[in-house]
Amino acid sequence: MPHWMQLMLDSLGPLLWAGLVFTVPLTLLSFAGGLVLGYLTALARLFGPRPLVAIARFYVWIFRGTPLLVQLFLIFYGLPSVGIVLDAFPAALIGFILNVGAYTSEIVRSAISAVPSGQWEASYSIGMNWRQAMARTILPQAGRIAVPPLSNSFIALVKDTSLAAAVTVPELFQAAQRIVATTYEPLILYIEAALIYLVLSSALSLLQSRLETRLGGYGGFLGEKA
Amino acid sequence: MITLTRIVKRFGEQTVLHEVDLTLGEGTVTALIGPSGSGKSTLLRCVNLLEMPQSGELKLGDSHLVFTPGKPADRRAVLALRQQTGMVFQNFQLFPHRTALGNVMEGLVTVQRWPEDKARRRALDLLDKVGMAHKADAFPASLSGGQQQRVAIARALAPSPRVLLCDEPTSALDPELAGEVVAVLRQLAEEGTTMLMATHDLRLAASVAHQAVFLEAGKVVESGPSRELFSSPRQARTAGFIATLTAAAGGHGAN
Ligand SMILES: Nc1ncnc2c1ncn2[C@@H]1O[C@H](COP(=O)(O)OP(=O)(O)OP(=O)(O)O)[C@@H](O)[C@H]1O
Ligand SMILES: [Mg+2]
Repeated sequence: MPHWMQLMLDSLGPLLWAGLVFTVPLTLLSFAGGLVLGYLTALARLFGPRPLVAIARFYVWIFRGTPLLVQLFLIFYGLPSVGIVLDAFPAALIGFILNVGAYTSEIVRSAISAVPSGQWEASYSIGMNWRQAMARTILPQAGRIAVPPLSNSFIALVKDTSLAAAVTVPELFQAAQRIVATTYEPLILYIEAALIYLVLSSALSLLQSRLETRLGGYGGFLGEKA
Repeated sequence: MITLTRIVKRFGEQTVLHEVDLTLGEGTVTALIGPSGSGKSTLLRCVNLLEMPQSGELKLGDSHLVFTPGKPADRRAVLALRQQTGMVFQNFQLFPHRTALGNVMEGLVTVQRWPEDKARRRALDLLDKVGMAHKADAFPASLSGGQQQRVAIARALAPSPRVLLCDEPTSALDPELAGEVVAVLRQLAEEGTTMLMATHDLRLAASVAHQAVFLEAGKVVESGPSRELFSSPRQARTAGFIATLTAAAGGHGAN
């Protein structure tokens, strides 16, 4: 067996383990938290009282306008200066949730706005209150509109979690870095890490297109035909 | 009896309804006619409070609302009133993610809290009434405009409203499809459904309505039995407007 293949095989275990224990949970928790935060932020911007709208806009502005890596550094290395010391994983998680929340709030906001106002009126006309109209009429339609951009964000997030390596989270990419430090084989190890990310995001893309095909049902309501 | 008294509606600086009075007798159909921008839709929407009047009074069934400028109406009173009205929109506004049956059941299940199977039975009866029972499981996107509007009528009727409000229910349809919707509305009228409908469709107004109200620039210019109002209007403005409608209908080969 050639040397590079042996090396890849030997490091596959540690890399997958790091992926399973850190990358996957970080991705899932960040996305779930980001979705909730994004949804609340979108609601605040669309329906909130003026001060809340301002706060939401400010938050989105900051977190979309600055690099994710800088945000992670601020939380992990910066906050201790004001007495807030976080472990690496929670620090990264908070950073990702805030970042994902800012982006998904825009997706959710535009999806909700894309549902015609007549749908609100139709809901009100049969006696629904705001909550019922939102839950039964608007969100199911907005959800279908938001699925493609949200899955894109999710796939991007899987790859972005590699940035957590920079704040000492021992996730997949950091595991690769550690092995490089002892083997001095950056090319081989980083190619291997890249391949694992590639497999992950390809699998997710496949799932995404399946999901979109399924949601395209309902008499072509989401489908291509107008 | 449904009474609107001195209803005033403003959008910003513009006053769209000037102290409009309107009485709808139980079981009667009233056609609301008037030029574009005269306030027909706004008046309809003031009846189910999709628009809040600035002042005036509205009496409908158990509900009696008095509007005072700067004082928002009680939310619960608004919801209670809406449950006694049904609305049919010009562009149908069916819920695209629900089947025809699901559309009709929605108000019963979500708002009236009926059990599923009871709601399904009532919804199927209503779909049958509008000739759409065979499409109960179809999604709106696969239905023609006329079919969608008939489902929308069934949806509006599901909670047994005291009044059915129709905003130009046929104007998004070509004459053939409009015909099937007119037939359904005429049948409802014969069964004693109280209706208020804004329309430019003289065929619809003449064949369904007992009363007609001519609205211009937010004021009631003339009202009375529809046959008289259409054939021998008292006001010159009404006569002029009806002449344009007749000409337009003739021009399109309708009527
Ligand atoms: N939400 C709104 N905001 C501001 N102005 C409005 C609004 N809705 C209606 N208007 C104005 O109120 C006036 C009456 O409009 P309305 O839609 O009631 O007329 P209409 O008689 O139904 O006309 P059409 O025959 O074209 O449907 C118009 O001048 C319109 O521009
Ligand atoms: Mg109108």
